[in-house]
Amino acid sequence: MAIVEKAAYTGNEAMAEAMRQINPDVVAAYPITPATESVQLFSNFVADGQVNTEFVTVESEHSAMSACSGASAAGARVMTGTSSQGLILMAEMLYIAAGLRCPIILAEVNRALSAPINIHCDHSDTMAVRDAGWIQIFSENAQEAYDNLIQAVRIAEHPEVLLPAMVTTDGFIISHGMEAVELLTDEEVKSFIGQYRATRPLLDVDHPITVGGLDFTDFYFEHRRQIAQAVENARRVIPEIGQEFGRRFGRFYGFIDPYKLDDAELVMVALGSTAGTARATVDGLRTEGIKAGLLKIRVFRPFPAAEIAEALGRAKAVAVMDRSDGLAGCGGPLFAEVRSALYGGKNTPPVVDYIYGLGGRDINVNDLRRVFIDLARLAAGEPVGQLVTYLGVRE
Amino acid sequence: MANLKQLAAKPEPFSSGHRACAGCGAPIVARMVLLAAENPVVCGCATGCLEVTSSLFPYTSWRTPFIHSAFENAAATISGVEAAYRSLKRQGKLPVDKEIKFIAFGGDGGTYDIGFQSLSGAMERGHNMLYVCYDNEAYMNTNIQRSSATPKGAHTTTSPAGRVIPGKQQFRKDLTAIMAAHNIPYAAQASISHWNDLVTKVQKALAVNGPSFINVLQPCRLGWDFPPEETVEIAREAVDCCFWPLYEVVDGEWRLTYKPREKKSVIDWMKKQGRFKHLFRPGNEAILAEIQANVDREWEKLLKKCGETAEK
Ligand SMILES: Cc1ncc(C[n+]2csc(CCOP(=O)(O)OP(=O)(O)O)c2C)c(N)n1
Repeated sequence: MAIVEKAAYTGNEAMAEAMRQINPDVVAAYPITPATESVQLFSNFVADGQVNTEFVTVESEHSAMSACSGASAAGARVMTGTSSQGLILMAEMLYIAAGLRCPIILAEVNRALSAPINIHCDHSDTMAVRDAGWIQIFSENAQEAYDNLIQAVRIAEHPEVLLPAMVTTDGFIISHGMEAVELLTDEEVKSFIGQYRATRPLLDVDHPITVGGLDFTDFYFEHRRQIAQAVENARRVIPEIGQEFGRRFGRFYGFIDPYKLDDAELVMVALGSTAGTARATVDGLRTEGIKAGLLKIRVFRPFPAAEIAEALGRAKAVAVMDRSDGLAGCGGPLFAEVRSALYGGKNTPPVVDYIYGLGGRDINVNDLRRVFIDLARLAAGEPVGQLVTYLGVRE
Repeated sequence: MANLKQLAAKPEPFSSGHRACAGCGAPIVARMVLLAAENPVVCGCATGCLEVTSSLFPYTSWRTPFIHSAFENAAATISGVEAAYRSLKRQGKLPVDKEIKFIAFGGDGGTYDIGFQSLSGAMERGHNMLYVCYDNEAYMNTNIQRSSATPKGAHTTTSPAGRVIPGKQQFRKDLTAIMAAHNIPYAAQASISHWNDLVTKVQKALAVNGPSFINVLQPCRLGWDFPPEETVEIAREAVDCCFWPLYEVVDGEWRLTYKPREKKSVIDWMKKQGRFKHLFRPGNEAILAEIQANVDREWEKLLKKCGETAEK
């Protein structure tokens, strides 16, 4: 466990360092704030000969994901990065990359979607492509972003998974926030991820295969079912790799990260950087004798429904923090899935949704305290008045 | 110059049994292009007639490695395959002695229109790849909608010959010239009717170091509306009336590769195709004259670029 010294990195820098150490065969990427920086940093690694990567400076994100898919099908280890409009411009190709079983790694920086145009954090972009067949891992800070990106390579390329994976950080909050990060050595990363060996690469011209043929009623369903099975397999693989990472480097990862949940009655569920603020809020409430707790969700796809139901098994009231509004008219995407995860279980506490932080609107301990105070009323038996609350907005 | 005997002796690179219509020119393009290649190739194809008829799972006509991913991205997809090749070869993860060539195919919709940006980007980046547009002058796979390659006056399902509007209102986009303007080492226009010209161009295109583009005229018996046995003949007449001149641009030098002995009338060529039949009703003479005048003007311009004169 020869871990190098901690040093100060922004989330983007940590992601770029991970990319340098992963040393992918091909990167195809297009600039967009706030993800641009990691691609720029990576360009320097290419220009300085620090990586073996062929860097394809495509003319759009659609072409970025197209080139990534082609390169991956050809047999290369492939990475890219984007945000917001770039991610949804890729949307068509995200589905295709998964469908073609290309284990591409995407460093995604969460940013609001237009309109109105905005460059700051929320999760609308990542949530908009949540059903594309990608593994989705959220990071709370730069350290996690770094660790997650390295693990994502193993998860995606696992022979029983072979699905693309995106690791997300929160725009500016993590991407541009400077933190102390422990990097692994280049050798440690290299040995952890191993070599990628594609099973049926296009470049094996002596064994030609057709990739992406037309499937009709007689085969499409079977092929989609295989993807569903791969997602199912990822359920097993993700914690295995998180454990292995922990054994080797001291930081363990699973689907979820419960905080003070053993006896918690009032539980907040959150993704990404807000988990840090929520933990501070929980600590404050605990000093006042309030049994507050936090359930941080690390992996959103595959959705850890069973783990969530288990972790919320003793909660008396639950608040789901949605940093995106699905505009479904009945709450955000995280809310819908968490609430559904509890259905049919032993414990079905009242679950309410808070849509917050859209377009980078700041969220602080006082805001989150307010949520716990609401939960205390629900736990005391007050009926749920409002299922969905917009937190921190002028109305 | 290609040799027919040698080509015929090569293993068939694009197998029969595909689902293209009787008389379809698209498989002719694929087969001739692949026969021309002397190295192993990896192919990509945009969504469209060629792709859907040749890769119906669990069958495939492609005896080369082949990838289809979407409609607008054949160029970007193959550019990624080529980038992987360069990377893996440089790192010693592929045998250094094996030289692979990369070819993307796209219909005119997938090339002139929705795939234009992806094509332009791939050409500008300088990938070692050949892009072949099989130009049947409309979106045939989705039932004959107009594209920017559809000639003026043609009836398509989205530029129908109606009581007020007589077919497509605009002249076609000159994509080959636009690709030449990318200053790529090789750009050419070819036709399925002139097999030797086409095969030679593919060989030249694959021999350059960098991107190349060939636009191949591919009559569609369904969309253009003519008997299926006339496909090659219709293509030949398009060349002879100078509607579809055969030329190449090598490192910026324009050269005519075929000059019709006698320039035929474009109107006679149009007469053989149902898509233009409404133009032969009384009252549309001016449109026909305008189309002929446009072909004449474009031909003169091309002759000048190629350093040729109008007389033989
Ligand atoms: C993004 C997207 N838009 C539309 C389509 C539907 N579509 C599939 S093929 C096609 C037309 C193809 O036309 P062309 O490129 O000219 O090739 P052809 O079918 O004529 O060979 C269209 C519109 C699609 N598959 N993807």
